[in-house]
Amino acid sequence: MGSMKEIFGSLLLKELLKGLSVTGRHLFARKITVQYPEEKTPQGFRFRGLHALRRYPGGEERCIACKLCEAACPAMAITIESAEREDGSRRTTRYDIDWNKCIFCGFCEEACPVDAIVETRLFEYHGEKQSDLYYTKPMLLANGDRYETQIAADRELDSKYR
Amino acid sequence: MLDIEIDGKQVQVPPGSTIMDAARALGAYIPHFCYHKKLSIAANCRMCLVQVEKAPKPLPACATPAANGMKVFTHSELAVKAQKGVMEFLLINHPLDCPICDQGGECQLQDLSVGYGGTASRYREAKHVVVAKDVGPLISMREMSRCIHCTRCVRFGQEIAGVMELGMANRNVHSEILTFVGRSVDSELSGNMIDLCPVGALTSKPFRYSARSWELSRRGSVSPHDSLGTNLIVQVKNGRVMRVLPRENEEINECWISDKDRFSYEALNSAERLQKPMVRVDGALREVEWNVALDYVAHALKDVAGKHGAGSLAALASPHSTAEELYLLRKLMRAMGSGNVDFRPRRSDFSSDGKRAGIPWLGLRIAEIQNLSAALVVGGFLRKDHPLFAQRLRQLARKAGKVSVVSVTGDESLIDLHARISVAPRNLARALAGVLKAAATRLGAAVPAGLETVEPCAQAQAIAESLTTGGKKAIFLGNVAEQVDQAGQLHALAADLSRLTGASLGFIGEAANSVGGYVAGALPGGEGLDGLNAREMFARPRKAYLLLGVEPEFDCANPREAVAAIKQADFVAVMTPFRDGAAMDYADALLPLAAFTETSGTYVNTEGRVQSVSGVCRPPGEARPGWKVLRVLGNTLALPGFDHESSEAVRDEFIPAGAPFAENLDNGVDLPLAPLPAASAGGLERIADVPIHFADALARRARALQKTRDAAEPVARIHPETLDRLGVAAGERVRVRQGPGEAVLTARADALVPPDCVRVAAAHATTASLGGMFGPIDVERA
Repeated sequence: MGSMKEIFGSLLLKELLKGLSVTGRHLFARKITVQYPEEKTPQGFRFRGLHALRRYPGGEERCIACKLCEAACPAMAITIESAEREDGSRRTTRYDIDWNKCIFCGFCEEACPVDAIVETRLFEYHGEKQSDLYYTKPMLLANGDRYETQIAADRELDSKYR
Repeated sequence: MLDIEIDGKQVQVPPGSTIMDAARALGAYIPHFCYHKKLSIAANCRMCLVQVEKAPKPLPACATPAANGMKVFTHSELAVKAQKGVMEFLLINHPLDCPICDQGGECQLQDLSVGYGGTASRYREAKHVVVAKDVGPLISMREMSRCIHCTRCVRFGQEIAGVMELGMANRNVHSEILTFVGRSVDSELSGNMIDLCPVGALTSKPFRYSARSWELSRRGSVSPHDSLGTNLIVQVKNGRVMRVLPRENEEINECWISDKDRFSYEALNSAERLQKPMVRVDGALREVEWNVALDYVAHALKDVAGKHGAGSLAALASPHSTAEELYLLRKLMRAMGSGNVDFRPRRSDFSSDGKRAGIPWLGLRIAEIQNLSAALVVGGFLRKDHPLFAQRLRQLARKAGKVSVVSVTGDESLIDLHARISVAPRNLARALAGVLKAAATRLGAAVPAGLETVEPCAQAQAIAESLTTGGKKAIFLGNVAEQVDQAGQLHALAADLSRLTGASLGFIGEAANSVGGYVAGALPGGEGLDGLNAREMFARPRKAYLLLGVEPEFDCANPREAVAAIKQADFVAVMTPFRDGAAMDYADALLPLAAFTETSGTYVNTEGRVQSVSGVCRPPGEARPGWKVLRVLGNTLALPGFDHESSEAVRDEFIPAGAPFAENLDNGVDLPLAPLPAASAGGLERIADVPIHFADALARRARALQKTRDAAEPVARIHPETLDRLGVAAGERVRVRQGPGEAVLTARADALVPPDCVRVAAAHATTASLGGMFGPIDVERA
């Protein structure tokens, strides 16, 4: 019985029509293609893009060189050197992230006790050579300064889940 | 023995043990902060509360004596509840900002709070804040709010270091750890408080904030400084030594290290490291490749030997070098036909050379010191020369052992001394003879010939009494006893005293390889060659010098004579890790040497223990381990027997493989008693100490150590009466003169210096132009 059904089904092009019906449905459905870069998909406030080092509103850098992000980083992308600053506080003398290594897992952000290292919504970046993707402390701080409004707004949104 | 049960496991402990001892014997962990196995019991942190059957309340394990049949529960509901309660109280005033704290990652409080702390603090009131203190260059007390008042540091000072540098002031919530007003915490053992502090209150100042414990690899090493052979853990990050910690070895250093061992690593990272070989071309030093430098040295040595004979070559090594380096240096010189090799630059009397029965050593194992009934230390600045050895004697004195000192100054040894004699250096032999005579009289033995005129003083009688009664006794000859002009005589007298009283005789030894140098045979003469010793090779200037890690301007008994001899030489090759010494003026070739953490090698400590270590990081630039340099220099000179592939191969030539202790250790000496020198020379006499942080090339360049009180610029310390006689007021500038050498120093009145003596430290740039460490000296107002 089953084989008879199959023979009739194929003679009547049942599969072909089934397939075409999907095509037809999508032909008239609302389009979802995003015309990147003119259009962009919405991002969540927890989007994990490029890193930034934040400052307090007064301008003091947040990072206290505890090195927890360095320890948490599974890709060993973070390199930190620390020393005592003249005022006696613990500060980094070097804070590098190698984005060639980074897997954007967000562990650094999670490990940070002072919300200093954060991931921004920025994902459009390129480098023409490997070293372009090696970010140093001033570059990361500049990232932070540039996107602080967005970063702060995102932390605010996330705060009730933490 | 007592039977006690802990968490259902049976253990037997000797009477007098505590529950904590029993738990440690069993390997059960009871959380604690104030308890430390080497310190007295304070029981003030209350973290070790445990439940004991039939006891209504939890009891502190560290302070509760074990009793027969006792049943202890360390993790019962009651015990854990008590421990959690204690933890909550400890965390009330403790800041909760571990990420900033330098102790983070190696903090006992942090670790235990994971197990016993709450998830959040219930404490809402203001926390107690303690102001930061500046206590000198070694220890940071910036974060005293973190202190949990366990008083380990206070007890360490009282019991181990012998000086109470820290104390607890006030009571209750106001209690706080303080120094005496304005005093720094930098005695020779202070650094151990950093290790003892279970929280981040006392931290290392040079290391502060530079790395985290989890980033550092721990590698074993041995101290190249004093003769104890202290076991170290060198912590390395990215090929750089970040800090040094003690490696526990109950037979040598227990769990302590001296500040010199702990902080000298800073010199390894100094900007003044020599990184490339240099040779003098047209009067200026130029950096060259290794092959050029070695060819240059080989040719120059051959030239000099060809022109003036092999006897015109001389080699002097530092006793802080590894035994392999010392052995290869001697081998190189012998192969070139010269016997002028020595490794004892600070000695001036070599009369016992060739008369010794064996290699001079401590005479007993270091761990045996605690079983002595009496000990006599002759000549030495015990506490500063040998901090941990002095600590052993301090513990002995605390246990009612009788420790006596015969020395050249009355320096505070922080030991509860049985008797002490302080005399001018020339009278050291007379003072020791006094003890010998008193001992002979007490024992009814014949007084050795030549001592008829000696009158034993009351202190000598007391020392003789301690050496002729009781159980095991020991006589130790310190650094000064080896450095003075009557070193041989002191050795002979001490040998007589040891024979008479049955006390063991030993040399404490000045440096890490003071025994190792003898084992390696880095001594003048031998193998049918005549040889000049460390004094003669400068007193009778040679044409070429090979210096291994030694800085003659600081390390020689007579620096002026040594530097003059070196400056007149045709050729001077210096193997050194540093490029900032006087060697830059007189060296014709500088060969960069790997310092102690960078080279493999062997140290034979004062008890003859052979300790081989590996390098723990790479030397900077093109610096190379000394044994490799000497080996290739041997090849360049086409000498036979320089084909070692490793430092172990070098070592196996002079120490049987696997031997834990050196052989042929014997302090016997066949030296007749020379007539004692006249009691007074009629003039002033110099007493030179080697300040603890100037004793070797590494310590001299360690920044933090150089800021301590012990590294202060030398002054002329003179007995107040002598100062009056000279018409000089304390605090005035004086010119001290030894022959043509002179130095201008500040005069200081010091009743601890014997009359008619002037104490002027050696091994310092300001006194490098002076002559011998001991001997006549003139003082006049500058």
